[in-house]
Amino acid sequence: MTWEIVIGLETHAQLRTNSKIFSGASIAFGATPNVQACAVDLALPGVLPVLNKAAVECAIRFGLAIGAEIAPRSVFARKNYFYPDLPKGYQISQFELPVVKGGELTILVATGKPGTQAYEKTVHLTRAHLEEDAGKSLHEDFHGKTGIDLNRAGTPLLEIVTEPDMCSAAEAVAYAKALHALVRWVGICDGNMQEGSFRCDANVSVRRPGEPLGTRREIKNLNSFRFLQQAIEYEVKWQIETLEDGGSIHQATVLFDPATGQTRSMRSKEDAQDYRYFPDPDLLPLEIAPTWIASVKTAMPELPGEMRARFERDYGLSAYDAVALTASREIAQYFEDCLAAAGKANSKTCANWIMGDLAARLNKDGREIGEAPVSATQLAGLVLRIADNTISNKLGKDVFDALWNGEGSNADAVIEAKGLKQITDSGAIEKLIDEVLAANPKSVEEFRAGKEKAFNALVGQAMKATKGKANPQQVNELLRKKLTG
Amino acid sequence: MSINLEQVGRIARLANIEISPAEAAQTSEVLNGILGLIEQLQSIDTAGIEPMAHAQEVFQRLREDCVTERDQRAAFQAVAPETEAGLYLVPRVIE
Repeated sequence: MTWEIVIGLETHAQLRTNSKIFSGASIAFGATPNVQACAVDLALPGVLPVLNKAAVECAIRFGLAIGAEIAPRSVFARKNYFYPDLPKGYQISQFELPVVKGGELTILVATGKPGTQAYEKTVHLTRAHLEEDAGKSLHEDFHGKTGIDLNRAGTPLLEIVTEPDMCSAAEAVAYAKALHALVRWVGICDGNMQEGSFRCDANVSVRRPGEPLGTRREIKNLNSFRFLQQAIEYEVKWQIETLEDGGSIHQATVLFDPATGQTRSMRSKEDAQDYRYFPDPDLLPLEIAPTWIASVKTAMPELPGEMRARFERDYGLSAYDAVALTASREIAQYFEDCLAAAGKANSKTCANWIMGDLAARLNKDGREIGEAPVSATQLAGLVLRIADNTISNKLGKDVFDALWNGEGSNADAVIEAKGLKQITDSGAIEKLIDEVLAANPKSVEEFRAGKEKAFNALVGQAMKATKGKANPQQVNELLRKKLTG
Repeated sequence: MSINLEQVGRIARLANIEISPAEAAQTSEVLNGILGLIEQLQSIDTAGIEPMAHAQEVFQRLREDCVTERDQRAAFQAVAPETEAGLYLVPRVIE
């Protein structure tokens, strides 16, 4: 009997503002402890929160990007719990009336099995709401005490909640990656996962097909896609084994330990918090007028989904290529700049170079596309020389390397300086072929005896004689003509 | 609706308040008095009325996204019970 896996994700995206959500303190990362924790963040008596307009605007941008409803009126609520890094004794969040309701995100899921196609899936979002982050507790030993840094307290977050729509770790990761790309695309979050700007909680349960939802356990604070994958895989395996052994699942919050690859229970439902949400009397309801939404809308960039569809439609790219080229605005811009110079007819070749050699070199050097030593125009120049048969695709890689290493300002200069121009003069190629045939009588004999393999050996020799500068197809044709003619 | 001693104990725990059995009994009496008032309010028919989030029908004023606070750590930490290396120290928290 099979099991069905049900996963929902909650993601905290740190918003790219200058100041905190309810105070004028800076949110810059990496500051000395507590120098960015002002009286409001410390919850000193008598202080009042004042909402940051830019944080609200980020929520509007996100809502528009996922086709959600942006609430004309939303309400801030207090979520009550006690922890030393939460000075007020409550977190200001949104509960009954969040700022963003509904929406969806289309993801492309790689199956991970060779020979099988990636498939598309739409993940529905429940809501997204604004809230403040807590401070940090440092559990290193300070004479048996805990150190508290409140610089992060009050940092604006958007908590993005999905429906339980995903049914594998691969789908959860594909969603998290798509969401990560989207929040960066619309400029509301820097997406820096090491610094905790984008972190996921996964709600996981299993059930027999057709049965009601099983009891879920929530894996907290996953700050890398790899951990998200490992944690869900482990949790699913654990839940299935527990149930098959006749046990039962109890609702709980669990932590993933990257060192062991296991999840372990942090607290069970019995001692779970009762957050006693209620509207925060310090804050009035938030009103978002249609005119505000309209003005944010006009400033929105073309969205990745729209761009993907355009790439497929206008440039004839596959869904897979279109997704890869819209992974970030920078990659998409590079591709479009490349096409502007190389022409639409070469879109597939440009795409291949960007996703192939360029991506590989960037990856190897640990650089972002914005720092690529080969510009989009330089790559376009190279693609054009391959397209017009000036150089072979293979020599194109040498030209690419030369451009990468700064050995020329453009492809033409490199081809000229290195003498890589393809030999297309058939007279010159024939002369070289004659020499090759004379030098390899054995192979010639074998070919005539019906060994096709010998032909390939002769092509290899001929290409070698031309130092790779001849068009392989042309060499092929001329050689066959000579041998059979 | 009324509240029993066990519920008073649970609320006290959630609020991190220590109360003695005598206080719990007294508190439950006071709370039940308040709940009586609420019960009276709840007899009003509120069908179709949108819940109110604030006593005034006005909306939140927003702040421009500017850093206006300067570092006042020294002043804040001067009144803190204990600090070290810029951190506020609290009794050890064990998860």
